Amino acid sequence: MAVETTTRAKLRWGLLDVLVVVFALVPVLWIASLSFKTPATLTDGNFIPREWTLDNYRTIFDTDQFVRALVNSIGVALIATLVAVVLGAMAAYAISRLDFPGKKLLVGVSLLIAMFPQVSLVSPLFEIERQLKIFDTWLGLILPYITFALPLAIYTLSAFFKQIPWDLEKAAKMDGATQGQAFRRVIAPLAAPGLFTTAILVFIFCWNDFLFAISLTSTERSRTVPAALSFFTGASQFEDPTGAICAAAVVITVPIILFVLFFQRRIVSGLTSGAVKG
Amino acid sequence: MADIVLDKVSKSFPDGTVAVQDVDLEIADGEFVILVGPSGCGKSTTLNMIAGLEDISSGELRIAGQRVNDKAPRDRDIAMVFQSYALYPNMTVRENMAFPLRLAKLDKETIDRKVDEAAKVLELTSLLDRKPANLSGGQRQRVAMGRAIVRQPKAFLMDEPLSNLDAKLRVQMRTVVSRLQKQLGTTTVYVTHDQTEAMTLGDRVVIMRGGAVQQVGPPQELYDHPKNLFVAGFIGSPSMNFLHAAVQDGELHTALGTVPIGDRVRRELEAADAPRELILGIRPEHFEDAELVDDDTRRRGMEFEAPVDIVESMGSDKYVYFTVEGEKASAAELEELAADAGATDFAGAGGNLVTRLSAESPVAEGQTRRVWFNLEKIHLFDPANGRNLTLHEGRAAGALAD
Ligand SMILES: Nc1ncnc2c1ncn2[C@@H]1O[C@H](COP(=O)(O)OP(=O)(O)O)[C@@H](O)[C@H]1O
Ligand SMILES: [Mg+2]
Repeated sequence: MAVETTTRAKLRWGLLDVLVVVFALVPVLWIASLSFKTPATLTDGNFIPREWTLDNYRTIFDTDQFVRALVNSIGVALIATLVAVVLGAMAAYAISRLDFPGKKLLVGVSLLIAMFPQVSLVSPLFEIERQLKIFDTWLGLILPYITFALPLAIYTLSAFFKQIPWDLEKAAKMDGATQGQAFRRVIAPLAAPGLFTTAILVFIFCWNDFLFAISLTSTERSRTVPAALSFFTGASQFEDPTGAICAAAVVITVPIILFVLFFQRRIVSGLTSGAVKG
Repeated sequence: MADIVLDKVSKSFPDGTVAVQDVDLEIADGEFVILVGPSGCGKSTTLNMIAGLEDISSGELRIAGQRVNDKAPRDRDIAMVFQSYALYPNMTVRENMAFPLRLAKLDKETIDRKVDEAAKVLELTSLLDRKPANLSGGQRQRVAMGRAIVRQPKAFLMDEPLSNLDAKLRVQMRTVVSRLQKQLGTTTVYVTHDQTEAMTLGDRVVIMRGGAVQQVGPPQELYDHPKNLFVAGFIGSPSMNFLHAAVQDGELHTALGTVPIGDRVRRELEAADAPRELILGIRPEHFEDAELVDDDTRRRGMEFEAPVDIVESMGSDKYVYFTVEGEKASAAELEELAADAGATDFAGAGGNLVTRLSAESPVAEGQTRRVWFNLEKIHLFDPANGRNLTLHEGRAAGALAD
């Protein structure tokens, strides 16, 4: 009887899971399917393409526009991620380890930044960046990305740092390490899962951003893929770009998947087990 | 190796907590000193100040004659074993033990040799390539010790290193620690809240309460000649019995009968501000079944009768619990001790009397039994400040001393 109930319960949960996954994946798969269709069969309503083609992919890599945007996206996102994670790690470490005046205020303000509606900042940023002559440059995108990624980074990282027993750092100091050595050789390796998790989150945030990308760039010089997609015309301006846009959409999800897969293996939970007690 | 001197060392935290107050302590080269006291009394803070992990608020700390107040831990050349062991989880046992040597920039061969030596001493050789997560509690503890001894520091500091082990392993490791310390002859400061550990391990024991040192001395001296009520109640297991005693006409009225007092105590009680009530303290082993006492011994004590509550036969002797009537002894120290022991271990101040009688005693539960106790071993305490009135020039002489 009990077994029966659990099998039935399992079945119910399993069905529910499938439903959720299908719901989430259908649009993605649809785009993937469109990207493999020929212009003629594009609107035939079949989920599985009747005629397979790689033309769409060839098209986007032939146009300098897309490749250039891809390079911009990768460069901007990687640099912003790196800077945000390094700065965030230092801030989070201070927040979790030190008691300094105004600590609560600092954490509060940084959270406030994260909640600030980004749309309201677009116009001022546009003006500021034009004045500073960083409009339509990598820097012009990287700076706001860092601003909005930092609170996220600080918040997740300080949660990770708090989990690391403080005794380890004391032990390192007793063993003859300087503050810097203790951080680099003992704390940082243990915080690695946190650093990678944060890196993934920040990278995805930068990679997916459309708002800043569209408003703070004006040419291919620094336009990232999400913005570039909206200017997409296909090989010639008379062609329907739907297939090409879909192909581009598939291509830009690939780095995210790779990034997550690569770092996921490093996010070994329980890395700190065995440090303290039994 | 070096001596460690604490000269009026105090610590107050930014929130106003005074954790350690004017601690004076001279630890000789090679000595094994235990800091003991209930939790929260400032032991760890004291140790952390010696280590350099906590700033000293006032006073001076000297290691090997040198003032080290402002030196970083790494410049003090002392090793520490933490209660949590604090092993680096991402490193193998070998890497853990080699870590201090690598920071000291020794060459690889020397490091390997030293780690192997230390591993042999602590029987860790077969575990060198494991990660801490794959070790038992006892093994982790040994690795933590290994990491401390491997670089031959001037001194060892240990903060409750055995308190996370189970009872049996703790006793085993106690002898390991003791032997290791004798063998290496390194100055060691060892913190514990367990009075048994303190009694069995140290050359000298420092008893702390509320951030202040109560008494410093060899274990036996603390046991026999406690300076105050707190020390008397803290040292010893089962703990000393405490009874209320009313001073009247040069005698003490207690639940065990009227106790005579000698000239010395009488003189103390004649002072204008002398207390009218005292607390009488007597250890379980200073009782005996009245039937088994010879006449010569009988003269040095007195007898009373009381109903037997519980008999615990230990083989070598019997712990017999009696119920006694009368007012309970009360003092701040006793309450603190009871709170620390969780009220189960510390029956000292209740209506219960714990005695240790010879195994030959035919005592049985439910009877009323006649019991003798030794008046020369009695301590009398002033409930107001806890002072031991029977202590004269550091020696306790009982109630009858002239
Ligand atoms: N960082 C701190 N800030 C404020 N008070 C503290 C701090 N660390 C310890 N204390 C207080 O100092 C006292 C002594 O603590 P500690 O030395 O850890 O005691 P023990 O090791 O004897 O149990 C306690 O009352 C504790 O609450
Ligand atoms: Mg402590």
